[in-house]
Amino acid sequence: MSRFVERHPAWALISIIAIAVGLWLVFAIWPPGLEEAIGRKRVFLNAVFNGITLGGLYFLVASGFTLIFGLMRNVNLAHGSLYLFGGYVGYAVSTATGSWILSFIVAFILTALVGVLLQLIVFRRMEGQDLRQTMVTIGLSIVFADLMLWACGGDFYQIQTPNWLIGPVDLPLVTAIKSSGEPVYLRYPMVRLVIFAASVVIGVAMWLALNRTRIGMIVRAGVDDRDILAATGVRIQLVFVLVFAFGAGLAGIAGVVGGTFQSLSPGEDIRFLLASLVVVIVGGMGSIAGAALGALIIGLAEQLGSVYIPTYAIVVTFLIMVLVLAIRPQGLLARR
Amino acid sequence: MSLAHDSRITVRPAALAQRPARIWPEINHPAAWIVAVILLIMPLIANGFFLIEIFASTLILGTMALSLMFLAGYGGMVSLMQLTIAGFSAYMVAVFGVSGNANISLGWPWWLAVPMALALATAFGTLGGALAVRTEGIYTIMITLAIGAAFYYFTNQNWAIFNGHTGINTVATPHFWGVNWRADIPFYYIVLAVAALCYFAVEYLSRAPFGLALQGVRDNPRRMAALGFNVNAHRVAAYAFASFIAALAGVLQVWNYRQISPGSVSVGACIDVLIIAVVGGITRPIGPFIGALIFVLLRTFALDFLVRIGLDGNRFRLLIGLGFLAIVFWSSDGVIGLWQRWRQRGSASRSGGGHRHG
Repeated sequence: MSRFVERHPAWALISIIAIAVGLWLVFAIWPPGLEEAIGRKRVFLNAVFNGITLGGLYFLVASGFTLIFGLMRNVNLAHGSLYLFGGYVGYAVSTATGSWILSFIVAFILTALVGVLLQLIVFRRMEGQDLRQTMVTIGLSIVFADLMLWACGGDFYQIQTPNWLIGPVDLPLVTAIKSSGEPVYLRYPMVRLVIFAASVVIGVAMWLALNRTRIGMIVRAGVDDRDILAATGVRIQLVFVLVFAFGAGLAGIAGVVGGTFQSLSPGEDIRFLLASLVVVIVGGMGSIAGAALGALIIGLAEQLGSVYIPTYAIVVTFLIMVLVLAIRPQGLLARR
Repeated sequence: MSLAHDSRITVRPAALAQRPARIWPEINHPAAWIVAVILLIMPLIANGFFLIEIFASTLILGTMALSLMFLAGYGGMVSLMQLTIAGFSAYMVAVFGVSGNANISLGWPWWLAVPMALALATAFGTLGGALAVRTEGIYTIMITLAIGAAFYYFTNQNWAIFNGHTGINTVATPHFWGVNWRADIPFYYIVLAVAALCYFAVEYLSRAPFGLALQGVRDNPRRMAALGFNVNAHRVAAYAFASFIAALAGVLQVWNYRQISPGSVSVGACIDVLIIAVVGGITRPIGPFIGALIFVLLRTFALDFLVRIGLDGNRFRLLIGLGFLAIVFWSSDGVIGLWQRWRQRGSASRSGGGHRHG
């Protein structure tokens, strides 16, 4: 962080000002002129919270994607299909058993198994052949999409939120002051907050596992130099399979989350594949912290954009990507 | 940049290196003459449905895939936004020309609207290319895919220019010298002429100094840079040329269907262009047209075929996906590679292990 400030004082200053303005917009009681200029504070706060929680969902998808790419250079363009598959599995489990938690576990295990199969059957055969991996995974995503369409049809599915998470919760953020002088607090869906907290926990746990454990050390060494790591006697193929299974399982979990937040339907696979592509392009390939930052930026940009400039929301996301590419082609937090 | 260099896509140069440098390589081959004659007398053989739905569609899609083949085969840059450029050009024809949406279309005559569309689409593709060449290999694929997706969602949301998800309908087609050029037979010849022009332009350019330098950049960018070539300028120029080809195909596309909507620039359609180029063979300009013919035939007849053998006709995309997977798994040169291997196996016994990749 301090190195960034030393290297790019102008950018650091701009980011600090932007963060300060953002915090003020969130915590202060808006003066009347501002409400007239850009609308109600409740709308703004809702957009911010939706953006942050959507960022949590994007992080779950993109971190698995970027982990697999970072370690194995495996270009898995079927990652979106794993997301949708996990979602459908979660829907089936939660309607069959009524247990929301169980649906996460089953979705994780099943998508992880699919990931193991992918790694063993597809990627091990074409290590280092980017273009073939891309083509094969595109082909697989077409096949998976059609198989899922066959099995589940073209309907929209929504996973039922469990009873203990239904309903809004009052947040200690004042959106307005009533004429009687009584403050109005922001009400926000409980389930989205819980899921966001869970994705933060997963992210922190991943960071700790990568940076503080032996297996994490092996994975990081693999990202830096696979060949030397293999030469030191680590069973690298086993590590590959485990990491692929974990990344795929994360996509499956994200599918359940997405099915609870939004809905599941054909086409969501492509949407989330693209979201994770944009997130890792912005954040930097192979970096978990980059995925987190990218997911937050893209989630916020998407939600704020769709509230304030609905026609051009997608262009805002795209402009962010262009800007990042123009300034730092390797992504904001990539090391190389 | 070591990471970018490691993940650089290497399209196998061997197939090109083995060929002796001739000016018009395909033209001496008897099969090429037969195909050319068949294409020219096609209106005598085929009825309107085959002429337009099969052959004109094949040539249009093939031209779009040709622009991808030029970038990927000679430049080593796999761009997934070629359909987006074609779609942009089609939209611009509809916006500047005459269409059913009088409050959007400016009503220019076609000879003014088409150059405008071509220029804008080429500029759009070149800008996208300038962005994409900042990265290499797999990143190029991701960025061009993201550009394509952004354009698709933008056309869906924007009503002022692109008329949202309904698109622009009843786009006027050219009508002059007493000929309705959208009538089946004249239109077929227009499409054939444009496709042939693009094909020979790519063939010619691949042997011109620019094309040779581009192939040098593909094989070893650092060495080319050391020799004094401006690597990025060559790449951007390649995008400009490929964008122009894609834009031409886009004009034909909008004249063919007389309408353009976000559905025709969707992400799936972008990927279809890649599939076409890869299935046909990405190392030679004829490949995309072969791939397009296979794709169009499958798209048109797979439903009937599947129903006839007792399967669900809706599984057409499954069939395409599985076929694509099979080709990518066993031949990186697509159908052309398979054919060449088959011929080599027949003629020479010195097979060895050298043909594993096609």
